[in-house]
Amino acid sequence: MAVEQTPARAGEQTRIHNIGYRNYDGARLGRAYARRSLYSQSLRGAYGLGRSAKSKVLPMLLFVVMCVPAAIMVAVAVATQANDLPTDYTRYAIFLQAVIGLYVASQAPQSVSRDLRFKTVPLYFSRPIETVDYVRAKYAALASALFILTAAPLLVLYVGALLAKLDFADQTKGFAQGLVSVALLSLLFAGIGLVISAVTPRRGFGIAAVIASLTISYGAVSTVQAIAFDQSSTGAVAWLGLFSPITLIDGVQTAFLGASSSFPGGAGPSNGEGVVYLLVVLGLIAGCYGLLMRRYRKVGL
Amino acid sequence: MIATESLSKRFPRVTALDRLSVDVGPGVTGLVGANGAGKSTLIKILLGLSPATEGRAEVLGLDVATKGGAIRERVGYMPEHDCLPPDVSATEFVVHMARMSGLPPTAARERTADTLRHVGLYEERYRPIGGYSTGMKQRVKLAQALVHDPQLVFLDEPTNGLDPVGRDEMLGLIRRIHTDFGISVLVTSHLLGELERTSDHIVVIDGGKLLRSSSTTDFTQTTTTLAIEVTDSDEHPDGTRAVREVLLARGIDTHDGSGLPGAGHILLLTAEGEQTYDLVRDVVADLGLGLVRMEQRRHHISEVFNDTDEARDDQRKEAVGHGG
Repeated sequence: MAVEQTPARAGEQTRIHNIGYRNYDGARLGRAYARRSLYSQSLRGAYGLGRSAKSKVLPMLLFVVMCVPAAIMVAVAVATQANDLPTDYTRYAIFLQAVIGLYVASQAPQSVSRDLRFKTVPLYFSRPIETVDYVRAKYAALASALFILTAAPLLVLYVGALLAKLDFADQTKGFAQGLVSVALLSLLFAGIGLVISAVTPRRGFGIAAVIASLTISYGAVSTVQAIAFDQSSTGAVAWLGLFSPITLIDGVQTAFLGASSSFPGGAGPSNGEGVVYLLVVLGLIAGCYGLLMRRYRKVGL
Repeated sequence: MIATESLSKRFPRVTALDRLSVDVGPGVTGLVGANGAGKSTLIKILLGLSPATEGRAEVLGLDVATKGGAIRERVGYMPEHDCLPPDVSATEFVVHMARMSGLPPTAARERTADTLRHVGLYEERYRPIGGYSTGMKQRVKLAQALVHDPQLVFLDEPTNGLDPVGRDEMLGLIRRIHTDFGISVLVTSHLLGELERTSDHIVVIDGGKLLRSSSTTDFTQTTTTLAIEVTDSDEHPDGTRAVREVLLARGIDTHDGSGLPGAGHILLLTAEGEQTYDLVRDVVADLGLGLVRMEQRRHHISEVFNDTDEARDDQRKEAVGHGG
């Protein structure tokens, strides 16, 4: 296109003080680059980077809150010459699930509700990207942000464990299992958070709805599980875990990633039940993606 | 630049575009129509975002049905509605939109600085957009449409919500987009008068149908009404009447503008070209009167609609309720 425009503007180059309009004939990197740009902008935005100082406070604070217990555990392990870390890598995210939930609730609406509320979405679609690029970029960005949030403390634990000269093979295996677990958790939570927030252009509603769906489902499931355990129907305990996001992750990692379950009585799902857990998790992730695609198909101009 | 061929868009309850065939060349083209005439629908189709029910359209020689992505890379779009997040600065927002159009990071920053300067945003570009006036926001919206140096830009109602001064500045800026930047413009408005001043070519659509497509000079020649006001003198205590009588003798019918503001003091007549202006000047001079004003009264869009038959009128009324 630049070639075709050059003759018309050749005259302008003869001016000595040309402070007028300059045409751009450099590279245009197209759709894949635009998608990556949206991804990196959304990922930075999830930690308040490139936004106002006020919007950095909460995500940064939550990040610190996630990492501090890990640092304390490491300090204790090093100081006491312990043989093992006070907690498993896989259990860490379960302990701090409230912090993770708060992070999803604050950042998922930030990522998508704002675009809806201020009608920036149509502007994106007037660029080379398509619906699928927008959904993938936003989903990947929030999942990555969550992964950073949940994997950073594991890294602190791992580095600390090596400094405390704990068994290398053992720790590496635990760390790897922890990473797989938080990766699944990031995808699941990001999907649920985005689907809920993409429904409303009001950020406040989004935050409340995400918190409610995460805490109420967990509260209900753990209560019913406790009752079922008291009545010694342990079979029911395992199946009940399918109904809240965090117990789903707990179930998957208990069955496949050598984690000890936080279900009442420590009785997680068996391998067979674990397959169901894994399928439900993957199904939910795919379902969230599908719902987002459907949601944005109609949000054109 | 743009060519459509019996382009139709039907929604379940309304026909937004009805076999529209129009050719738009380089330059500034005004797309005029009442609310709901199909302007925004046409832009959506031309951006490749909404499939046409039938017919075809090309933008920059690319078929909108299959080459939407390539079109959107070379075309800019300024929406009618608000589209700016309030908590980021104009610079950050426009850089981001430049990258979304495929510009590498360094180029995106340079082009943003240039473009914001060209649309008239200086120091304030580092402040959050939330604190901007409507005029400044319109400039940011324009900047994001121009930042990737498109070949063609669609401006949807760019003067909406602006005061008269802001309107004039925006129209001047639109003119410069073509003359100084070399970018062709398709600008929509429901005000014909405002587009006549800036456009080379005017397309009028109504009820999804093409009413008229002609260059602006054709338009003004056939639609200009001239309003004149003269002083009185001792010789001619009623100057207006004297002029009127002389003009009538020269075969030019005038109207006293009754029912309009300033009636009784002004004369309205149809200008048929340069010679009418000269004639008026000579007549007034010969009578020894002072010419207080001689101005073009351009027809409102509604008068163009009145030219058309009743059937189209009815169709428009149907379409109006449904938005663009």
